[in-house]
Amino acid sequence: MEYIIQQVLNALSFGAEYALLALGLAIVFSIMGLVNFAHGEIIAVGGYTMVAFASLSIGNPFIVMGGAVLAAMLASLTLERVAFRPVRKADPTTGLLTAFGVSIVLQNLFLLFVSPRPIAVTSLYFLDWPIEIAGIRLASLQVFEALTTIIVIVALMLFLRRTVLGLAVRAASLDFEMVRLTGIRANRVFAMAFLISGLLAGLACIFIMARRGSVDPHLGFEPVLKAFVACVVGGFGSLPGAVLGGFLLGAVEVAMLVMLPQSLGGMTDAFVFMIVAMILIWRPDGILSPAVEKGDKL
Amino acid sequence: MLIIQDLHVFHGPIEAVHGISLEVPQGKCISLLGPNGAGKTSTISAITGIARSTGEVRFEGRDLSRESVEARIAAGIAVSPEGRRIFSNLTVLENLTLGAALQKNAKEKARDRDHWFSLFPILAERRDQPAGTLSGGEQQMLAIARALMARPRILLLDEPSLGLAPKIVRQIFDLIASLKEQGMTILLVEQNATQALRLADYAYLMSSGRIVAHGTADELGKSDRLMAELTGVA
Repeated sequence: MEYIIQQVLNALSFGAEYALLALGLAIVFSIMGLVNFAHGEIIAVGGYTMVAFASLSIGNPFIVMGGAVLAAMLASLTLERVAFRPVRKADPTTGLLTAFGVSIVLQNLFLLFVSPRPIAVTSLYFLDWPIEIAGIRLASLQVFEALTTIIVIVALMLFLRRTVLGLAVRAASLDFEMVRLTGIRANRVFAMAFLISGLLAGLACIFIMARRGSVDPHLGFEPVLKAFVACVVGGFGSLPGAVLGGFLLGAVEVAMLVMLPQSLGGMTDAFVFMIVAMILIWRPDGILSPAVEKGDKL
Repeated sequence: MLIIQDLHVFHGPIEAVHGISLEVPQGKCISLLGPNGAGKTSTISAITGIARSTGEVRFEGRDLSRESVEARIAAGIAVSPEGRRIFSNLTVLENLTLGAALQKNAKEKARDRDHWFSLFPILAERRDQPAGTLSGGEQQMLAIARALMARPRILLLDEPSLGLAPKIVRQIFDLIASLKEQGMTILLVEQNATQALRLADYAYLMSSGRIVAHGTADELGKSDRLMAELTGVA
């Protein structure tokens, strides 16, 4: 019994991280149809900001964490302004290629100007200590991450339902032109989506860095891949879908880790993706894909 | 109040409207009539800045032709577009809130909202339902109410009767009539010429991107040109 509870909690904590990452991709996709593959590099910007703080011997964890989140938000806003705004009206493929391009350029900037090798960041180790309650072992980091994800989801829901700009972000996912016809400035809506996406990347960065303890130019690759898969499974463009997809991916991963025999241990990902493929055969547009407009109602 | 001069409207490389001029005086209801594809909706899109155009769009003495969509809306233009385009994933109330996006005064906003709710009890009843679940007529009312939430100086109505049952069409035109009585300046785009001419002070008839006739509702109503253009029978 304890073993099952243990694994369920593990699945939830994996899922919480994937949900956080997937939301960052989904919020941008929902309004501009852009899969921002540079999301991973925004996470890396957060990581390198931590390195910068360490080299300035600023160790205050709140400054380090706050700085990393701020840097990620700024990076995201900057990318929107210089890279994505100019191609906003272009083909979706152009946007996708731009995102890949930005991702490659940023990775190479890290390679050239920082270092191709991993750099240790130890200032966040304090977030991680073992907790044992009634025979169940947990890492404090898992608890923090799950709590953060819950707070983020609630805050995002409040923003999207209670503020005019939040309503505009939701409406824009359906009919951007009509949002402009209410007088809301298009640039503000896009900037807001990227700002939120950057915030989510920054928060994810804290947990990724606290667990890994180092940053390298390819830090963001795996997280963004997982986020992408979570979005696809949940239904691209749907925010609840991103959250659901994240938790589902976490659950499948943990289930595979637990159930596969030792000899197949290295094939966890293969089995995970096989299950993802089967979900997509069942629901090709993802589980909670936004309903397609079925024409005018007369 | 709204003066359009030598307006050419483009969709990509195609010119949809070939240099039209028209005027909407303050407090009047002006109707723009014409068959499908005449360029009526293109004209509306050019006034709001959505479509690329050349020529002059002058509103309350100010030249808006170089201004952004957002600036034109802020100047006091509101539109209930063709096909209604309500935000179907948002609730009725949220649609109205977005309509009032540029309004600062929360009390006025609440008063406006209650005013439109009292005028459209069905919208009040369904305020927390997704707008996509409304019937076509209700969606049209919501689209008009959303535009009015902006407290516009001029209201552009693009085919408000499109695809609605005759009984609902009558309701919509009654509403437009009462808006006119309250002093709202209206540019009404319609294919339903009979209903539109009943309301309009002055009307323009468009065909193939040009204005082919204009006059008071009486004059135009009697002209053979109107019937010919709208029915295709000369």
